[in-house]
Amino acid sequence: MAFWRVPLDAQEIQVIKGVVCIIDDRCKGCGYCIEFCPKDILKFSDKFNRKGYHPPVVTKLDECVNCHYCEIICPEFAIYSVEITPAAVQK
Amino acid sequence: MTTNPKKLAKQPEHPLDDLIRTERIPHIWCPGCGIGTVFSSCLSAIKATGIPYNQFTMVSGIGCSARAAGYIKLDSFHTTHGRAIPFASGIKMAKPELKVIVFSGDGDLFAIGGNHFIHAARRNMDLTVICVNNLTYGMTGGQCAATTPNKAKSTTTPLGNPDAPFNLPLLAYAAGASYVARWTILHTRDLTTAINEAIVRKGFSFIEVLSPCPINYGRRNKEKPLDTLKLYQDRTIIKNGADPARADIDFEKGVVIGKFIDIDRSTCDDRYSELHRPCSDD
Repeated sequence: MAFWRVPLDAQEIQVIKGVVCIIDDRCKGCGYCIEFCPKDILKFSDKFNRKGYHPPVVTKLDECVNCHYCEIICPEFAIYSVEITPAAVQK
Repeated sequence: MTTNPKKLAKQPEHPLDDLIRTERIPHIWCPGCGIGTVFSSCLSAIKATGIPYNQFTMVSGIGCSARAAGYIKLDSFHTTHGRAIPFASGIKMAKPELKVIVFSGDGDLFAIGGNHFIHAARRNMDLTVICVNNLTYGMTGGQCAATTPNKAKSTTTPLGNPDAPFNLPLLAYAAGASYVARWTILHTRDLTTAINEAIVRKGFSFIEVLSPCPINYGRRNKEKPLDTLKLYQDRTIIKNGADPARADIDFEKGVVIGKFIDIDRSTCDDRYSELHRPCSDD
C-alpha cells in the first residue's frame, strides 16, 4: 500500500509477514483470491492442476501480510496463509 | 518398505480440514459459486465459538447449498425438500442443549419451505438459519424463484421476471425472528461474526447471505462471478440497525446489508417448559 506520507511511527510498527500455501488440486480457478488480495501478490499460474484449472501462484513472496482474506474468501478450501515468526524473517 | 513415487506426498493441511470431510473435497459447487465461502465462514464461526464439536448439528434441505451437510464433519442431516426447519425444530425440542444450524438455500427455505420458516420464527425456535440466497433455483437449471429480482432473466422468464421478489429480512422480522442480518460473500469477516453471534445467542436467528450463481443466474444476466462481487462491493450499503422494510434487493439503488434486528424474546423451549413442565428441576 502506498502512503501519501510516511506515518510518524513507521519505524516502530512491525509488519506481520505471512506465507501463502496453496493446495493446487482443490482449486477451481474462480480467481477470487487473485482479485481481492489487498497486496496483489497472486496471479494465475501457467500450469494446470489435476482437474484442468489454473491455480493461483504467489508472485511477490515476501509481501504477504497474513491478512487471511484469500483463505476466507476461497470457496474451495484451497488456499491459506501462515504467519512467519519475526525470528524467521530476520534470517 | 517401498514408496510409490506416483503417490503424492502428504497434502498440506487447511486450517478448517478438521471440520470438513476431506475425502469428499473438491465439492460439487461450480467455479465461482459463493456457497463454499459461506460454508467456510460458517465453519470458522463454529470454530470461533469454542463450543465442543459434539454440541453442534447441521441440518439442510435440498439444493446446491444443502449439500453442505454432507461436507461437514459433524452430526448432520440432509433432509427432504423444504423440511430442514421442521427436522431442526424436532432436534431442538428433543435435545435443547444442542446448537442447531440450518444451512440451506433460498428455494428450499422460502419457496417450498416458506411456511415452516415463518412458523419456526413465530415460535422463536432456538435455531440458527443461514440462507444462501443466489436469487434463483440453481440446482434444477435456473428457473425463476421467489427471490429472483424484478426484470431478471431466468430459464422460465426469458424476457425478464415480471414479479417482485421476497424481501427476506422483512419476512423474517415480521414473522418474529429475534436476530436478522444480511451479508454478502464479499463481507466474509462480518458474516463470520454474525454467524458466531447467532450461534451463541438464544432465539431464532436468520442470516441471509447474497451469493453469486455464475452458471444459472449470472450467465443469463450477463454477470461474470467477479462482476457480481464487484456489484456487492460497489452497490451495497452497510447500515446496521436499518429498517428491514427498506432492505429490498435492487442493485440499481443499492442493497442495504448489515445486522437489522437483535432483540430478546422468550424461546419456544422456555415457554414450553414453563407451561408443561412446571415441576421439573432442570
